[in-house]
Formats: sequence, structure tokens, C-alpha cells
Amino acid sequence: MTRIHDHFDKDQYLKMELLRFTTAGSVDDGKSTLIGRLLYDSKQIFEDQYESIKRISEQRGEEYVNLALLTDGLRAEREQGITIDVAYRYFHTPHRKFIIADTPGHIQYTRNMVTGASTANLALILVDARNGMVEQTCRHMFIASLLKIPHICICINKMDLVNYSEDVYEAIRHQIEGFSTKLDVVDISFIPISALKGDNVVTRSKNMDWYEGPTLMYLLETIHIASDHNHIDCRFPVQYVIRPQNTKYHDYRGYAGRIAGGVYKVGDKVMALPSGLTTTIEAIDVYHSSLQEAFAPMSVTICLADDIDISRGDMIVRENNVPNVGQDIDVMVCWLNEKPLQAKGKYAIKHTTKEARCIVKEIKYKLNINTLHRNEQDLNIGLNDIGRISIRTTQPLFYDSYRRNRNTGSLILVDEGTNETVGAGMII
Amino acid sequence: MIDYHLNHLKELEAESIFVIREVAATFQNPVLLFSGGKDSIVLTHLSRRAFWPASIPFPLMHIDTGHNFQETLDYRDALVKKMGVKLIVASVQESIDKGRVREETGYEASRIRLQTTTLLDAIEQYKFDCALGGARRDEEKARAKERFFSHRDEFGQWDPKNQRPELWNLFNGRKHIGEHFRVFPLSNWTELDIWQYIRMENIQMPSLYFSHKRKCFARNGIILGYTDFIKLRPEEKVEEMVVRFRTIGDATSTGATLSSATTVDDIIMEVAASRVTERGGRADDKRSETSMEDRKKEGYF
Ligand SMILES: Nc1nc2c(ncn2[C@@H]2O[C@H](COP(=O)(O)OP(=O)(O)O)[C@@H](O)[C@H]2O)c(=O)[nH]1
Repeated sequence: MTRIHDHFDKDQYLKMELLRFTTAGSVDDGKSTLIGRLLYDSKQIFEDQYESIKRISEQRGEEYVNLALLTDGLRAEREQGITIDVAYRYFHTPHRKFIIADTPGHIQYTRNMVTGASTANLALILVDARNGMVEQTCRHMFIASLLKIPHICICINKMDLVNYSEDVYEAIRHQIEGFSTKLDVVDISFIPISALKGDNVVTRSKNMDWYEGPTLMYLLETIHIASDHNHIDCRFPVQYVIRPQNTKYHDYRGYAGRIAGGVYKVGDKVMALPSGLTTTIEAIDVYHSSLQEAFAPMSVTICLADDIDISRGDMIVRENNVPNVGQDIDVMVCWLNEKPLQAKGKYAIKHTTKEARCIVKEIKYKLNINTLHRNEQDLNIGLNDIGRISIRTTQPLFYDSYRRNRNTGSLILVDEGTNETVGAGMII
Repeated sequence: MIDYHLNHLKELEAESIFVIREVAATFQNPVLLFSGGKDSIVLTHLSRRAFWPASIPFPLMHIDTGHNFQETLDYRDALVKKMGVKLIVASVQESIDKGRVREETGYEASRIRLQTTTLLDAIEQYKFDCALGGARRDEEKARAKERFFSHRDEFGQWDPKNQRPELWNLFNGRKHIGEHFRVFPLSNWTELDIWQYIRMENIQMPSLYFSHKRKCFARNGIILGYTDFIKLRPEEKVEEMVVRFRTIGDATSTGATLSSATTVDDIIMEVAASRVTERGGRADDKRSETSMEDRKKEGYF
């Protein structure tokens, strides 16, 4: 359990990439054990953490140290013995830093999975080898595809309980592949594992020589994520206008923000929305220096050649590649609140750096997330439901379809009375 | 085609700067909670970057337990001067004098819990609607579920069961009068990330983080620096040791580790190889398994 990095290289981290993944599975599929195993086998467990779970395992009279306890959260959950919200975990190898959004598999927590999925590069979905594909599996795969997680990895767990059988693995894989053709999934991989025993998690299994693919850790370390961002459509939502109140930079006016898509270069001809005025990029500034180019997801400050009136919520784009500009927008919404979506209801919305209000003009259908059937009769969208709606906003939004750009295609709905975030919207 | 990608530190930096700018753009009166520890130092540097060449558009606030290492105060004052920001000091001693809180007694008396009242009083007094903090999710179990934008009710309390879902980078900072937010731009950083970033950016750090000789004593398996605020038990002996601090907070409860790390490089190697979490050395967390969670619910940092 000692966390010794024998070959820790201080400069290697300057080359490390960040991979965010979310985990999903039904209760007892072994998700906590798997995460504990990843942390433990990659030597990320500290001695005091290990001592603490060892003590608890002994108190509970468990046979061996329960790695699942490593990911246990708040006291209430500890007492109930279940995880009930999204929790974030961190670990790294010499190649990558990983952020795990750990979400519970319980049926009513679609909302948590959607939350965890919204920023993930990869979805890790667990299946119990004894049960094969179940309703939950379909639901998780659907959410991963709806949220446009670029990579899906299906871990078929508890292989030790099915004698490490290739036939069992192949049958499940076949079944899941069949279902995935109904979805919009770009990249899906399958790995037979035993989280408990460690097979194919970090070390290659000696019990499954028929499996020739990568271990889970190898996949996580090497999967290609550089193209997960949109580097084609230039989208710069202005977040904050920088106007120094000092003599040296008296005339400085910079537009600060995080690039939501594309590559910006000094000298580029750009257009500001909503004004439609054009100018060129004079400088791209970061602290005490300037860049020749910048790309998503960098946070930079853009200075323009002409003094045009731009404020927060505006967007700087390329003249020949503009987003949609409009007030009537169709979205797939995942409902996050006990109080159902109100037809004709008014909500506050947040989209990129823009805040506005909207009215729900129409609920078109509710989606059955197990069968993907569109129900046009039952239009009651309650907690954890997903449906298609049309909204009209008080001001034009500058948007792309969620499919094309997760940053400019997403929005949240906020209840104006309680201020709670009640809906997650993906623009169609 | 050119492979456009950022390394993990640059991506974390971009995320944190985005969050800090969201705070400046959407709250009326934010404040940065500055403890003098490495996380709040990095947070201050990121804030400087976020608004450069303008200065940081919000003040720093130090919740001062009165039990400080002199080095922390010197560093704090120099930093504030260099960055040209306003510093507010909210004093726990004053809260005690005014009778807002009662000083704990006994050998293990600590002012950690008392800070909550001082903090909440200061937030009310200055009408801050958002307090930026340097907490990281990897520090402690109760923090792993914390949001970037964490809502606090009118009593300053955190309700872990009723947090707002946080999707994409769309932060919801709407609130009712009297409520406020705690915002944690470093949520996704680990201790190692912090040190690697300090190295990459060549950020100057307080001397306490580096190995030095200090009068120390051991209590409950933790090495504490000996200061005027400490009451020794008869069996406790003060000795000179070669130590450094992994976190810096209240001098009576921040544990030191035996270490010969004199440079940031040494520290990175040490952190990478360490066997105990950084909070493992804090007396305030040892009190019970859930002490952090209990404090957070009441309105602690
Ligand atoms: N035999 C076997 N048991 C496993 C495996 N993975 C998990 N388990 C057991 O399955 C039960 C549920 O695991 P847990 O990780 O708590 O599931 P979670 O609800 O998905 O987090 C525990 O008793 C684990 O020890 C595995 O690969 N093989």
C-alpha cells in the first residue's frame, strides 16, 4: 500500500494529459470495488487511508480488506451503505491524470449519471458477467450516447464467477453490440475483468489468455482524446471584459473567456455577435505574454483591432462559420428535479456565458430510456425523465447542435422561485 | 494536422481561471479566502492571471486564529503588497472578546472550529455574496462531493444531500437574499498538481514549506511546532527537529513532517512517494472520522 513511485520523473508531468471518465453500473456490479482496485493497483492509496478501511473491514467482520470502502463518501451514505450522489476521485499514472465522476447505479439516479457524464471523455459501464446486459446497461449506454461521451468502455465484471469463460463474454459482447447499433455511439470497447481479483484491470489476466485486447488501465492511458474537442468551429463566448484601471494599460480592453471551439490566431478576421461587426484579432493574451494561436479549452484574453462594443454573453466567431442565432430552440431535456417540467412554464436559462429566460412552448414527447420509444401521449416529464421540448428564449442564443459542440450546444434550466437547477438541455 | 492539446496542468489552469472569472462576472461582492497555505497561494496566482493586466477585482480575507507562524504573516503581507490587492483580516480573537464564541480549554484547545463563526460574521458584515476558497476534492472524503459552486443557506450551512446538480461548465450562482456561495476553483487539483504547478510557474512559497530546524514536540503521533500558544503536557518534551509543513494553517494544529526537502523539486519527489495523506497530519481531522463533514455543514471553509 505504500505509494512509492520508483521512477517518478518530474518533467514527465509536463506531457501528461487529463482524462475525465464516469462510471456506471447497477448496484452490486462491482463499481466501488473496481475503482478501489484502480486506485490500489496504481499505488494511489495512502497508508492512513488503507489503515482506515482495513479497520472498518475488520470491524464488519469481512474476510479481506474491502477496497470498495475507499470510495465511500459522506456519513449518511456510510450509514446506509450506499452512494447517493456524484463523487469525484483522482489518480494518475506517469502518462495521464484521471478524474473519475463516480455516480451511483440506482435506478432513480439518472440525474447523477447525466451530471457525471456531462464533462466526461469516456464512460466506463459495468456489467455483471452472470447477468449480462440488463435494463440498466441499456439506460447507461443511452445516456452516454445522449451526452455524447466520445468513448464507451464496457467492463464485463466478475469473470471469476463464470469460470473466466470466453463464451459467456462473447455472448454478452454480441448482445451489447447489437443494442449499440440503435444508438449514436462512435467508439465502444469491451474488456473482461474481475475487479475483486484484479484480472485485466491493471495487470493482464492469466486466467483469460483467449482475450487479446488491452487491460482497462492500458486503455485509459492510451485512448486517443486529443480530438475530443471541436477544433473546427471557432466559438469564443465572452466571459468578462478586462479594463485595467492603471496608467500603464490605460487603453487596454481585452475580452476574457474560455474557447468553446476552434482555433484562434492573431490576425484572424473575426465577427462579434450579436452586432455582426467585423474586425481582426490583434493579440491573444495570457499572463505577461501573448500567444500566436489558442484553441479549445484554453482560457485567454482576446484584444481586437477595432473598438467595438462587446460585453459578457456576446460571442466572437469567424465570419464564414457562424453558429445558429435564434430564439426558438428544440432541446432534449433531462429533468433533475422532483417538481415536474411545467408545460408553458417559464424558466431562467444559462447557455455559454449568457443568461436569459425561456418559456416551454411545447413538450413533444417523452422518451422511454429503456426501449428508446417516443411516447407522445404521456408528456409528464418528472425527475429523471428525458424528453424533447421546444423553448422560446427572451433573447437570441448563439448555439450549435449539442452533437457538434458540447459547449455551445448545452444549457441548463433554473427554477426562478427556488433557484435550483432543474433541467439539463441538449440542443438538437 | 497539428495535435491541439493541453497538458493536464494547463487544462486545470484553464478550468480554474474560467471559474474565477465566472465569479467576478456574476457575483456583486466576492472575496477570496486566504489562509497563507499553498492552495490559497495558488488560487491567488490564478486570480492574478485571470484578470491580468488588471488587478484582482476582489479583496483577500484572512480568518486569523491569532495562532500564526510569523512566516505566514510576513508572506501574506508581502504578497498583498506585490499584487496590489486589498486585505481584510477577520480575527477569531475579536470573536472571543465579543463573546461570539467561547475559547476551548485544556491541552488540546483549538480555534479551528471557532473560525466558522468569525468567517460567517465577516461574510455578513462585509455583505460578501461569494467566498472563493482553495479547497480540493482530493483532500478529504467529505470534499469529494463538493461542487465548484457550493450553495450556502442564510445560516451559512452546507446541505450535502441537497446540492444543485452541476453540469458541463454551466454554473448556477442564483440565490436568495442572505444566502451566499462558496466557490472552489481548485476542485479538480491534487496535492501533486499544486506542487507541479508551483514548479512550472516558479511561484515563490513561504519558508515553512521547506525543510528547516524548528522546536517541535510530538502529540498523538503528530509533530507540532512549539509556539507561545501551546500548553505542554508534563510528559511532552520540546526538541529541535528538521521538519517542513505540508499544510499551513493554525499553528496549534498543523502537523509538521520530518523532511529534508529544501526545494520544490524535493517536495514533488516527497509528495509523489508519500505514505500519508496531507490531512493525516492535521490534529483537527483526527478528532473523529467525520469531523470535516460536521464542520462543513456548519459553514466551515
Ligand atoms: N467474485 C467477484 N465479486 C466481486 C467482483 N467485483 C465485485 N464483487 C463483489 O460484489 C459485491 C458488490 O461490489 P461493490 O463494488 O460494492 O458494487 P457496487 O454496488 O457496484 O459499488 C461485493 O461483495 C464485491 O466484493 C468480482 O470481480 N468478482
